[in-house]
Amino acid sequence: MKLSSSLAASPAGGSAPPSPKAADAHGARPSGRERIAELVQRQGVLAVLLLVIVIASFVYPTFATLDNARGVTVQASFLAIVALGMTLVIITGGIDLSVGSVFALGGVLAAWASQWGVLPALLVPLVVCGGIGLINGLLIARAGMAPFIVTLASLLGARGLLLALTDEGATTYLVPKGSFFAELGQGSVWGFGYPILIALALFGAGGLVLQRTSFGQTLFAVGGSSDAATLMGLPVARAKIMVYLLSGLLAGLAGAVNAARLSSGVTIIGAGMELDAIAAVVIGGTLLVGGAGSVSGTLWGVLLLAVIQNLINQIGSLNSSYQSVVSGGFLILVVVAQRYLARSRRTA
Amino acid sequence: MTTQATAPAAPARRSSRPSVPAWFQEYGVYAAVAALLLFNAVFTDHFLTTDNLRTQLIQVAPIVIVALGMALVIGTEGVDLSVGSAMALAAALLPLYLGYGLVPALLIALLAGAVVGAVNGALVSVVGLQPIVATLALFVGGRGIALVMADGQLKQIVNPDLLALGTGSVLGVPLVVVIAAALALAVAFLVHRTTFGRQIVAIGGNRSAAALAGLPVKRVLTGVYILCGVLAALAGILATARLTASDPSSLGNLMELSAITAVVVGGTPLSGGSVRVLGTVAGALLMQLLRATLVKHDLPDSTAQMAQAAIIIAAVYVARERRSR
Repeated sequence: MKLSSSLAASPAGGSAPPSPKAADAHGARPSGRERIAELVQRQGVLAVLLLVIVIASFVYPTFATLDNARGVTVQASFLAIVALGMTLVIITGGIDLSVGSVFALGGVLAAWASQWGVLPALLVPLVVCGGIGLINGLLIARAGMAPFIVTLASLLGARGLLLALTDEGATTYLVPKGSFFAELGQGSVWGFGYPILIALALFGAGGLVLQRTSFGQTLFAVGGSSDAATLMGLPVARAKIMVYLLSGLLAGLAGAVNAARLSSGVTIIGAGMELDAIAAVVIGGTLLVGGAGSVSGTLWGVLLLAVIQNLINQIGSLNSSYQSVVSGGFLILVVVAQRYLARSRRTA
Repeated sequence: MTTQATAPAAPARRSSRPSVPAWFQEYGVYAAVAALLLFNAVFTDHFLTTDNLRTQLIQVAPIVIVALGMALVIGTEGVDLSVGSAMALAAALLPLYLGYGLVPALLIALLAGAVVGAVNGALVSVVGLQPIVATLALFVGGRGIALVMADGQLKQIVNPDLLALGTGSVLGVPLVVVIAAALALAVAFLVHRTTFGRQIVAIGGNRSAAALAGLPVKRVLTGVYILCGVLAALAGILATARLTASDPSSLGNLMELSAITAVVVGGTPLSGGSVRVLGTVAGALLMQLLRATLVKHDLPDSTAQMAQAAIIIAAVYVARERRSR
């Protein structure tokens, strides 16, 4: 995973074509101030994350233990996988509100299908959740409907499907004991669970696709300006369909792995997860208007949210409601800072 | 109803392919409400009874109140995800200040809604954030603040005046329904008959043009979010009064989705530039009637949710035809 994998893409409203060399392409060399602003915007989250971890390690001895690190990262890995898909969607200027429902649906489908073995337990949720993503993509890219509304509808639709599958939530499907599928969620390498490894592998692949392939470049171009991308002859509709398909697949996979970890498909999880994922993406420096962003930033965003949650649990006296207050505060802080950095870069 | 002058002129040119009749685009949501009522009158026992209609109206009233504010925000090409949190915040404050009397408690709860709206409005208009991000912060944090203030607990409401607000009625019509109807009229007046209303529509239609034309864009945007926050707080107060308990952990959950759905199904485009007040009310009624119809016919909640999803897609698809012509 490269730390500096994010783009020097144009800020919101910027007219520069989004390309890795955008800053240089203007001809003028970026000024020192511009460089610093860009660096802060790119890796500021990582700096904040490291700072929080260092301070917390001194204040709370229970925080800086290997066990705690394992716990936090496993918990974070599911949101990370979902947020990876969300990052791609947001880079194209879209949004996917259905991921929370799809995550829960994927878990229930995986637990239900696990009675026939590992392959069905993975294939069934991927097919169904990928199908939902594909429908989202088709409605958005081909019928030209607003992503917000389309995915809002599939949020409801997927939740409805989930309820129908579980007799209105009354049935919980269990993963058979000793099944290899359960191992996928509970097994570990040197104590680090498979979910972490899966998430890391996916982020590595995501980063490569985004930075090193023409598909990735197309996503940035589509997010920068859909019309311009069309005029350039880029496959805009196909790119949009792909990101929603990927988002559905990743949310379904995260749900399946989560079901493997819990040994059951839980119907009540995933509500509000879409907003956690969006928050992580935004904190990670990806612009909601599209055209700029990175998967590494999203990874730090997810970890920052997870560390905050863990710290609030460590400070036993703080009631858990503070977690959302702190997360909301961080969100405001980060987006406002980003906004001003983007402005200073444009005027520099 | 709509302010877009382009819609009626188009069908003449494209008459060879009348995909969706113009009247359906304009009046589809009302036709759907009427059709559902008719269906229930014929096929559902005890549907057109006063009791049942009262229940349906009482249930839809808070959604209508929130959706009215949401319609104004969407009219400026924005969206407010924090309305559920604003409801929870108002509900959490009520029991804390009821000791000082009903009016101060109500004022403080409404003020909390205004503060939520002012924060959203400032983030959108002054900082220049996208509405989704700006209101996401208080969506996440607002309910947390409400829970912190309420110690995370559900509190019974014992103030008889406040309870009267939730359960009282005027000439047989529940007070909450009267309030919702009055607010709908007020918002319709605001949109169609005041400068502020015209400024909302102008800013939603083309923000930079509105700014160039000298409209007070920042002030109007902030005002719209404050109105939305206050309306959400009011809905939170009324819901609390009706439930006879303040429950900040669950009150207003998913309200942002219900409100956005009502607005969009009612024909207000998410891209702003038009506010359909009556359509918004009809949109909320349609969703409520749909759920009630399915429940009365013993269809499970899952079916209701999938039907709602289908209605949303259909409504937006129809609206899309209107825009693209």
